[in-house]
Amino acid sequence: MTSGVLKKKKSGCIKRENKRRAASALLVLPIYLFTFAFVVGPLVYMIILSFMTRAEVWGVERIFTLDNYKNIFSEVYFGTFRQSLKLAFISTLAVILLGYPYGYYMARTSPSWQRRLMTMQMIPFWVNSLIRLYGWIIILRANGLLDKLLMAIGLTDEPLKLLYSYPTVIVGMVYVLLPFMIYSVYSSAEKLDWSLVEASRDLGASPIKAFITVTFPLTLPGLLTGVVLTFIPSMGLFFIADILGGNKVVLVGNIIQEQLMKVHNWPFAAALSVVLMILTSVLIYIYRRVARVEKLMGDGAKENKDKDKEKEMGRGV
Amino acid sequence: MSNKVKSSKRKRSRRSTFPTLYLAILTVLTYVPIAVVVVYSFNESKISSVWSGLSLRWYKELFRDPDMFRALLMSVLLGVSSCLIAAVIATLAAIGLPRAKLPGRKLVEYLSSLPIIIPEIVLGMVFLVYFSLLNLPFGMTTLIIAHTSFCIPYIYMQVKARLIGLDESYYEAARDLGASSIRAFFDITLPLIMPAVISGMFLSFAMSFDDVIISVFVTGVSTDTLPIKVYTQLKTSTTPKINALCTLMLVVTVFCYVMSYVFSRIGRRNMKTQKEREHKEAIRKA
Repeated sequence: MTSGVLKKKKSGCIKRENKRRAASALLVLPIYLFTFAFVVGPLVYMIILSFMTRAEVWGVERIFTLDNYKNIFSEVYFGTFRQSLKLAFISTLAVILLGYPYGYYMARTSPSWQRRLMTMQMIPFWVNSLIRLYGWIIILRANGLLDKLLMAIGLTDEPLKLLYSYPTVIVGMVYVLLPFMIYSVYSSAEKLDWSLVEASRDLGASPIKAFITVTFPLTLPGLLTGVVLTFIPSMGLFFIADILGGNKVVLVGNIIQEQLMKVHNWPFAAALSVVLMILTSVLIYIYRRVARVEKLMGDGAKENKDKDKEKEMGRGV
Repeated sequence: MSNKVKSSKRKRSRRSTFPTLYLAILTVLTYVPIAVVVVYSFNESKISSVWSGLSLRWYKELFRDPDMFRALLMSVLLGVSSCLIAAVIATLAAIGLPRAKLPGRKLVEYLSSLPIIIPEIVLGMVFLVYFSLLNLPFGMTTLIIAHTSFCIPYIYMQVKARLIGLDESYYEAARDLGASSIRAFFDITLPLIMPAVISGMFLSFAMSFDDVIISVFVTGVSTDTLPIKVYTQLKTSTTPKINALCTLMLVVTVFCYVMSYVFSRIGRRNMKTQKEREHKEAIRKA
C-alpha cells in the first residue's frame, strides 16, 4: 500500500515537474523571441549585407559581390584603416603604460584604500564620456584654461593650438578608456598571491626580476582583458575624433558613420563592421587562451592560500 | 629590535612614496575635466574661459529652452520604457532559463549578452540597416528596441547572480502548502529578487540615459535625446548652457548608480541575514 502511495506521489511530482518545465518555457519565450528578432537577426543581416551590391541611387541590390571587402583594401580606405589601427595602437599602449601601474599599485594599498580608490575611479567612469570630453575642450582650446595657465607662468607667450590635433584625440581616447584597463589590471593583481613574489625575492631575485618573472605573467590576463576592452573601441569611438580632432583624424568608426549617414553605401559599412567584429573575436580568442592558462595557475595559488589559512587557524588553536 | 622595525618601516614608506604620488596625481587628473564643466556651469560670462562671477543664469536659460525640455522628456521616456521592457524580459529569462530544459539555452544566454560585447558602433549600424529592412519608421520605437537590447544583459546578470544565492525551498514550501505557481512566484520569488531587479534597472537606465553612439544611428527626426543634443552642440558651437545641461545629466547618472548600488547592497544583506539565520539554526540543532 505504501508503495502505491509513493508511486502516486512520484507521478504527481513528475506531473508537477513537467508542468513547471512547460511554464518555464513560457517564461523564456520573450528572451528567445527578442534575441532572435533583434540581436541574431540584425547581425546575420549585416553579414549578408556585406556581400550585397550598392544600388545606383538608394538602397541595396541583391547581387553577390566581394567588392565591399576589396574596397577596404583600396588605397583610400586602407590608408584610413591603417591610420585608425595606428591610433588604436598608440592609445592602447598609452593606456597600458598609465593604467597598469595604477591597477598594480592600487592592489598593493590597504583594503580600505582599495575600496576608496575603486569608488573614486568608478564615479568618472559613470559620467557620460561626452561630458568628460567637453571638460577637455574647455581646458585645451585656444585661450582655454591650459593656455591661460601656461601664459600666466610664463612658459608660453601665445595660445598653443592644442585642440583639433592628433595628440588631443589620443588624450581623449586614453582618458575615456583608462578606467577599463585599471579595473582589469587591478582585479587580476588583487587576486595575486604575493607570497609567490616574496618567495622569489627570498630566493635572491632582484625586484625587477621578480616582477618580470612572477608578477607580470600572473597579471597578464588582466592586462589582456584591458587590451580587449580598449583596442577595438579606440577604432570605433568616432565621436572622440569628431569632437577633439576636428576633421583631421579619421577612424574606422568615422568611415562607418559617414558611409551610413552621408554616402549611403550600406554594404561597405557592413563589410567594415564585419572586419571590426572579426578583430574583436580574434582578441577575445587570444584572451580566452591566456585566461585559461591563468585559471590553472590561479587555482594552484588559491589552494596554497587556503592551506596557509588552515595553518594559521591551526596555530591559533 | 625596535630600531630594526623602525628602519624597515622608514624604508617601506620611502618606497611607497612614488606609488602614492602616482595614484594621487592620476586620480586628481581624472576629476579635473569633470570639475571644469561643473564649475563653469555657474559662470556668469558667456565665454567659458573668462570667469565673471557666480550665477544660475545658464540653468534658467536651459529650463526656458523648449527644445531641451523636449529632449529631456525623450531621454526619460526612452530610458524608462526600455528598462521596464528589459526588466520583464530579463527577469523572466533569469528565472526560466535554468529550469526550462530547452535546447540552446546557453547559446541564447550568450547571444543575448552580445549587445554589450560587440563594439557600440557595430551595434548602431546593424540596427540602422536592420530597421530599414523591416521598414520600421525611425523614432521612439526603434530607439526603445535598440536600448532594450543593451539593457537586458545588465538586468539579467544582476538577477541571475541573486537567484544563484537563493534558497529554492521557500518556493517549494509555498507550493506544497497549496499556493499556485503564479501566487508562489508573486509572494515568494519576486519579493526576494526585487532588489536585484531594481538595481539592474537603475544601472540600465543610466546606460540608456548616457548613450550617444547607438542613439545617433536609430533616432528619428524629432526624437533627439539629451546626449544627442549635447553631441551636436559640441560639434558646432558651445555655450555655457551645455555646461548646465551636462551638470544636470551628471547628477542624474550618479544618482542612478548610487541607487543601483544601494539596492544591490539590500539584496546582499538580506541574503546574509538569511544565511546567518540558517547557520544559527544549524548550530542550535547540533
